[in-house]
Amino acid sequence: MTESEKTLPLDGWHRARGGRMVPFAGYQMPVQYEGIIAEHLWTRTSAGLFDVSHMGQLLIAGPEAQKGLESLLPADLSSLQDGRLRYSLLLNVDGGIIDDLMVTRRGDHFYLVVNGATKFGDIEYFEAKLPRGAVLDHMREQALLALQGPKAVDALSRLVPGVAALTFMTGAAFEIGGAKAWISRSGYTGEDGFEISILARDAVAVADLLAAQPEVKPIGLGARDSLRLEAGLPLYGHDLDHGTTPIEAGLAFAVSKQRRAGGGFAGWHRIIKEVADGPIRKRVGLLIEGRQPVREGAMVVDAEGNEVGKVTSGGFSPSLEAPIAMAYVPLASAAAGTRISLAARGKIFNGTVTAMPFVPHRYHRKGAQA
Amino acid sequence: MSVYYTKEHEWVSVDGDAATVGVTDFAQGQLGDVVFVEVPEAGRALTQGGEAAVVESVKAASDVYAPVSGTVTEGNQAVVDEPSLVNTDPEGEGWFFKLTLSDTHELSDLMNAEQYQAYCASL
Repeated sequence: MTESEKTLPLDGWHRARGGRMVPFAGYQMPVQYEGIIAEHLWTRTSAGLFDVSHMGQLLIAGPEAQKGLESLLPADLSSLQDGRLRYSLLLNVDGGIIDDLMVTRRGDHFYLVVNGATKFGDIEYFEAKLPRGAVLDHMREQALLALQGPKAVDALSRLVPGVAALTFMTGAAFEIGGAKAWISRSGYTGEDGFEISILARDAVAVADLLAAQPEVKPIGLGARDSLRLEAGLPLYGHDLDHGTTPIEAGLAFAVSKQRRAGGGFAGWHRIIKEVADGPIRKRVGLLIEGRQPVREGAMVVDAEGNEVGKVTSGGFSPSLEAPIAMAYVPLASAAAGTRISLAARGKIFNGTVTAMPFVPHRYHRKGAQA
Repeated sequence: MSVYYTKEHEWVSVDGDAATVGVTDFAQGQLGDVVFVEVPEAGRALTQGGEAAVVESVKAASDVYAPVSGTVTEGNQAVVDEPSLVNTDPEGEGWFFKLTLSDTHELSDLMNAEQYQAYCASL
């Protein structure tokens, strides 16, 4: 461990359970316990417990909090009701993505969850850009757990009565084992599940309670990555970065209709042009022929072998038992069914553009049949 | 028959000038779930330290190097068809390829079991 790698509240908890620790986002985090495929399939069929305490939890309060956030995010926060979450993007003036995040209206303030590797940069950006009437608090004392999978609701309901009443993308304050918790029905696996924000000092007790439920096993970062890839969810720093716009990234849904017309957020000019004319390139899902995974960094090539795009995430899908990838390809090649050639490890691989998610989402949406 | 090991975590089991090569239990543990294996075809000439095979887990791709020089006599089709053999039986059914040694003196560059165990412990 280098000095710059800090430890998280559950560091010892992971080690005691056989977690293999690796450096990630400036911390030591468990990449796997029993094995990525077993953990992946367990989450898809039961419930997986993920420690995501590396992520940044921020509060933005004050009379100008909403206005200030709307100057940076392409979200219509006026329509965001209390206790509702929305996926949004922190944009730079060129429409590039500084980070992707979740924003929740919690009474008189907003609660944001941002990526671990980007949180300090985000905070600097917010502090530089937010008006004086909006105050940011980095909740350094909070830990964050995610409980994901079709049986997450059974396990969590046993400990937190009433939590089953939450629907996808809503949250509320609860208690778990006597500890205060903010719980939302959300996650990064494509499954039904919850994210649980608690004080760092309660993290071990809450993790013990959750892991003691028969449906629950701890899951490492490796399966977190393969689960989100199957769910078609982009990973910041890989599928999204300063040079990609929400339209290129296939995240137009995060640019609210109301805000497209009115503008007033960073990058509006470029984004509105891409909405009208189409972007030059687009993020797509690829099914890869054969068994060999094609990884991040592989080139998308045209018939003459010229590089025309790049794979930004790739790996082996445990659910499909086949290699899958996300790539940026020219708009003309972005339609489902288009055949794509990829160059990696001195070989040519063939893939087919496919609609994402690769594995259907199973969110617990309001009004849907249970 | 003797078994030798490399710092790249390959094992080579030698009987006269016939050798069988695979990756060690330590290596499979580090790799995690193996999902793809590519082995060399019979007749291919390998040089010590050169790329010989490919092994990919869910997380990462790795090259397998030839621990010794020689000519491949057989690639293990079973491990190509069922890559998880590398995890379940790395030093048995999960072998990668067999070859005929071209220079048995190269074996002196390799570690024995005891030395390899000490090497892994030092990592």
